[in-house]
Amino acid sequence: MLRRLGLRAVALGYLVVILLAPLGMVFYRTFEKGLHPVWQALSDPDTLHAFQVTLIATGIAVPLNTVFGVLCALAIVRRRFPGKGLLNAFIDLPLAVSPVVIGLCLFLLYAPRTGWFGSWLSAHGIRVLFALPAIVLATVFVSVPFVAREVIPTLRELGNEQEQAAATLGATRWQRFWRITLPSIRWAVIYGVVLTTARCLGEYGAVAVVSGNIQGQTETATTRVQELTQNFQTAGAFAVSLVLAAIAILVLVAMTVIRPREGAV
Amino acid sequence: MEAPAISTVAAPAARLSRKVGAGGRASTALSLGVISTFLTIVVVLPLAALVWESKKSGSHGFWHIVSSPEAVAALKLTFGAAVVVVLINAVLGTITAWVLVRDDFRGKALVNAVIDLPFALPTIVAGLTLLTLYGPRSPVGVHAAFTRAAIVLALCFVTLPFVVRTVQPVLHELDVEMEEAARSLGAGQFAVFRRIVLPNLLPGILSGVVLALARALGEIGSVVVLSGNIPYHTEVASVFIFNQIETGYPDYAAAVAIVLLAAAFVLLLAVGGLRFFATRHERA
Repeated sequence: MLRRLGLRAVALGYLVVILLAPLGMVFYRTFEKGLHPVWQALSDPDTLHAFQVTLIATGIAVPLNTVFGVLCALAIVRRRFPGKGLLNAFIDLPLAVSPVVIGLCLFLLYAPRTGWFGSWLSAHGIRVLFALPAIVLATVFVSVPFVAREVIPTLRELGNEQEQAAATLGATRWQRFWRITLPSIRWAVIYGVVLTTARCLGEYGAVAVVSGNIQGQTETATTRVQELTQNFQTAGAFAVSLVLAAIAILVLVAMTVIRPREGAV
Repeated sequence: MEAPAISTVAAPAARLSRKVGAGGRASTALSLGVISTFLTIVVVLPLAALVWESKKSGSHGFWHIVSSPEAVAALKLTFGAAVVVVLINAVLGTITAWVLVRDDFRGKALVNAVIDLPFALPTIVAGLTLLTLYGPRSPVGVHAAFTRAAIVLALCFVTLPFVVRTVQPVLHELDVEMEEAARSLGAGQFAVFRRIVLPNLLPGILSGVVLALARALGEIGSVVVLSGNIPYHTEVASVFIFNQIETGYPDYAAAVAIVLLAAAFVLLLAVGGLRFFATRHERA
């Protein structure tokens, strides 16, 4: 009993020191001087624009990676082709590679003059680096794996007997996908979408490299936090962080609600 | 009378299973085409650009950059801090998983949900939260900001869920009867843990450790606000790369990035190997 309490104290103590106390502190510091400064900081045009950029990048990356993730999971589980192991490894890569390295890769590809595509793009008047396209590319790169990783195990467990049955009854490939496969994997897809969204909203390293952090133009919510912290505008930094933390808590709630159903499908 | 009826049903079913299972050749080609085009544009081409850039300076230039004092200091710090953090989380993560599976108390579901907070919270916010509690205005009197301890703190935060989440399911499946049998044969608590619990958990712990290591080596968001980024002292590899890009030395950035990329590849292989080892009984 004593040992059990001891271990419980160690585990909970660690969580409090590392996770909960700092998070609580941010909430406290944000509202220390009341609601007004928070509101003021959030209605700053540059901050609003930063949120807008983040939302646009997320809005593009999440649907793209959802479709790609489902397609990829179907290919890996259901089809046979050479290079499957390689595909499997490449999907996981963005999880293991540093976001800064990802940012650097995009920088080397799209830098005006020196980048592979840089000179062609700038000759045609297309700005990728230090503009929205690079932010979107970085966000898509870092959030590639999540949907595929969630859907693959569910699809494996599902098997394909039901689809065979549907095929014997004359269902076409599309009908089988929309009526049988998709409804069966929907919770895994939703779970993956939640994780992808969280990753897109919170991406910092890769975006910081390729966005150029131009105030009111290419700043995202996370690089805005860094900018404000660096300039000692702590009230603003806390306010933006608070919004991001609130979204993170919503994500946690969604994860907790969805997870038990995943096995029940 | 019945036997031929079954075989006539079974034969088309087998054909059908092949058809449904493997998919048509044309549609396989189409979906693989879409997948590989997407992956090439998003992942492969950028990585190729990095490898190309580092090759431009040649192997001599590469070693010259990687062995420059600032790069060496940054890499040493990064790998050192990552190993320390991973060891801390291996022990505390296993304890946390044990408490979540075997212990019972009010609010356990909440604690279980909170474990994933570092996955959900943007890393830059994580850094700022730690700065408010353990920084210059610390209400508890701990001023760890701009030191190496701050880096360990930040990395502990972001890698916390990995070991917990890889050990938890294994511990859940682990039969308590095995431990009870050992105890009934006179094994002490420590012997039961060391001889029975630990060997069963080890693959789980190790995969958590490898994933956490990969995460810790590349982390920037939480470190950048907390560590002060002082060259030779608190500048980790990812911040070094960032600073080299900002100051116009992409070749320096690329060389150190190649080291991190190689480490990521090795760790991915290790995860694959561990997964292969952990499922050896299912495959047999």
